Amino acid sequence: MSRLEITQLNKSFGALKVTDDVSLNVEPGEVHAIIGPNGAGKTTLIAQLSGELRPDSGRIVLDGRDITQTSMPERVHLGLARSFQITQVLPSFTVLDNVALAVQARQGSSYRFFGNVASEEALNAAAMRALRDAGLEDRAGARASALSHGEHRRLELACALATEPQLLLLDEPLAGVGGEDAEAFIARLRALRGRLTMVLIEHDMDAVFALATRLSVLVYGRIIATGTPEEVRSDPAVRAAYLGEEEMPA
Amino acid sequence: MTAATAVPTRAPALAPRLKAALVLFVLFALVPPVVMAADDPFLILIATRILAYAIAAMALDLILGYGAMVSFGHAAYLGFGTYAVAILSSYGVTDIFVQMLGAVLVSALFALVTGAISLRTRGVYFIMITLAFGQMAFFFFISLSAYGGDDGYGLSQRSTVLGSAILENDVTLYYATLAVLIALFALCHRIVGSRFGRVLTGIRENPVRMEAIGFSPFRYQLTAFVISGCMTSLAGVLLANQAEFVSPAFMSWHRSGELIVMVVLGGIGTLTGAIGGAVAALLLEEVLGMLTEHWQLWFGIFLVLMVLFSPRGITGLVEQMRGRRE
Repeated sequence: MSRLEITQLNKSFGALKVTDDVSLNVEPGEVHAIIGPNGAGKTTLIAQLSGELRPDSGRIVLDGRDITQTSMPERVHLGLARSFQITQVLPSFTVLDNVALAVQARQGSSYRFFGNVASEEALNAAAMRALRDAGLEDRAGARASALSHGEHRRLELACALATEPQLLLLDEPLAGVGGEDAEAFIARLRALRGRLTMVLIEHDMDAVFALATRLSVLVYGRIIATGTPEEVRSDPAVRAAYLGEEEMPA
Repeated sequence: MTAATAVPTRAPALAPRLKAALVLFVLFALVPPVVMAADDPFLILIATRILAYAIAAMALDLILGYGAMVSFGHAAYLGFGTYAVAILSSYGVTDIFVQMLGAVLVSALFALVTGAISLRTRGVYFIMITLAFGQMAFFFFISLSAYGGDDGYGLSQRSTVLGSAILENDVTLYYATLAVLIALFALCHRIVGSRFGRVLTGIRENPVRMEAIGFSPFRYQLTAFVISGCMTSLAGVLLANQAEFVSPAFMSWHRSGELIVMVVLGGIGTLTGAIGGAVAALLLEEVLGMLTEHWQLWFGIFLVLMVLFSPRGITGLVEQMRGRRE
C-alpha cells in the first residue's frame, strides 16, 4: 500500500488551472521531490495535500484512507505534517514551548485547565528530541521571535517532527537558507530518510538531488515526468520544459 | 544523560505579576478599616463596585488578552448576573449560590450559542457580531416589563448566604466580593498556565501554526468564550447586590466598551492588569467626576496618552519603572 495516493487531482483559481489532473503515488520511506518552475503550482499542491485547500476534484488517500475532505488538524492526527515556506511560529513562545505544544496535540487531552503545562516533563522531553533532530536544542530557551532566519527554518522542521508524522510535507524547507547552514540542513533531512516518508518542494537543485529518491516535475499544474533522479535528468521533455533553463548539477 | 535533564528551566514570566496581584489583594483587604476611619461608609459601596468590575474585566481579559477575542458584548453577562438576582429573588429564591448557578447556566447557554456563531468571523466582524448579540440581550431586558423594563427594578433585599442575611452589611458584601475576585483570579491564573491555556495563547499567536500541529482553534476558543461569560455573570450577581437595583443599563454597549477600556488600560493579557485597569478607570471616573462635569473629556485624554506612551497599559508602565524588560 502506498503511503500517499493522489488520483486525478484538479484545482482552478478562476480560469487558471493550478493543479491539472495530477496523479501520484508516494511509497513508504521514499523522499519524493516535486520540482518545477515558479508558478507551476507546487505550493498549491502541498496546500491540498495538507488540507489547507480543498481540490475541485480528485482523491487524496493516506495509508489507504481517503482524506480528501478531512481538515488540516485531523490530517495531522492521521500522521501527516507539513512545514511552511513562510515560517509560521508562535513568536512570544519559547522555542521549547513551540515544539512542546505540537507534542501536546497528540499526547493526551488539551482540555486540562489546572495542571501547570510548563512542568510536564513528558511533553518537554519529546519536544527536546524533536529539537535535537532539527539541530536547535541549544536554543530551546530562546523566544521564537529572537531566532535568526535559519533557526526559524529549523524550528519549522522541529514542530512538524514533534507531531510524529508518517508523511512529512516540506514546502521549500531551505527557502532563504544558504551556505553551510543549507548543507547542515540537508544533512539533517538525510538523517531522517527512511524514518519517515517525505514530499519535498525545493528550488535548491543540490538539495533535491542530495535528498530525493524519486522526482516529479510539475509544469503549469501538470506532472510531465516522474522517476528516479537519473531518469528525470535525462528526460528530454523535462530538459526542454524546465531543467534547461537553470543550471543543472552535473 | 536523560532527555529530562536537558530541558532548560523556564523563566517564571508570570511570577512578578502574581506578586503584583497579591499586593493588590492585600491593599483591597485594607480598604474597609481605612474607610471606617475616614467615616464615609458610602466609599465602601464604591469600592465594592470597583471589585465587581475588576472581576468582569479580568474575565474579559481571559478571552481578549489570551485568546485575541475582542468581545464587545460582554456587558450582557453582567446583565444576566444582575437579573438572575432580581428574577430569582422575586420568586423567593434569595440564596446567592443558587442565583450564581442560575446566572452561570444562562450565561453558558448564551455564550455557547452566540460564541459558536461569532467565532465564524474574525477581527472587526467578530467585534460587531458580539456587539449585536449584546444589544439583543439589552433590548430583551428593556422589553421585560415585569421587571421594570427600561426603568429597572429595585431589589427588596440583598442575596442571602445559606439562609443568613449577612450580605446586608456593606463591609461583609465587600469582603465577599473580594473573596470571589481572589478565587476567580486563582482560577484564571491556573487556566492560563494549563494545557488549555497554552493552546488558547497559541491560537492568539498564530492560528495557522496551531492547525498545522493538529489543533482546531474553534472549539478551544468557544470553551474560553463560555468560561469568560460565566465568570462575568458572577460579577453581575455581586453588582446587583451592591446597587440593590437592576436595570438594562448594566448591559448597554457603553458598559461593554468600558470593560474593554479597563482591560486595555491595565495591560492586555496579564489578568493582574485588568484588575488594576478596573480600579484605575473607576477611581478616575469618581475623582474626575467630583472635579468637573466634563470628566469624560479628561478621561479620554488620559486614555489616549496611556495608549500612546504605554501600549501595554499600567502593567507595562509598572514593569518599565521597575526596569524589568521581557
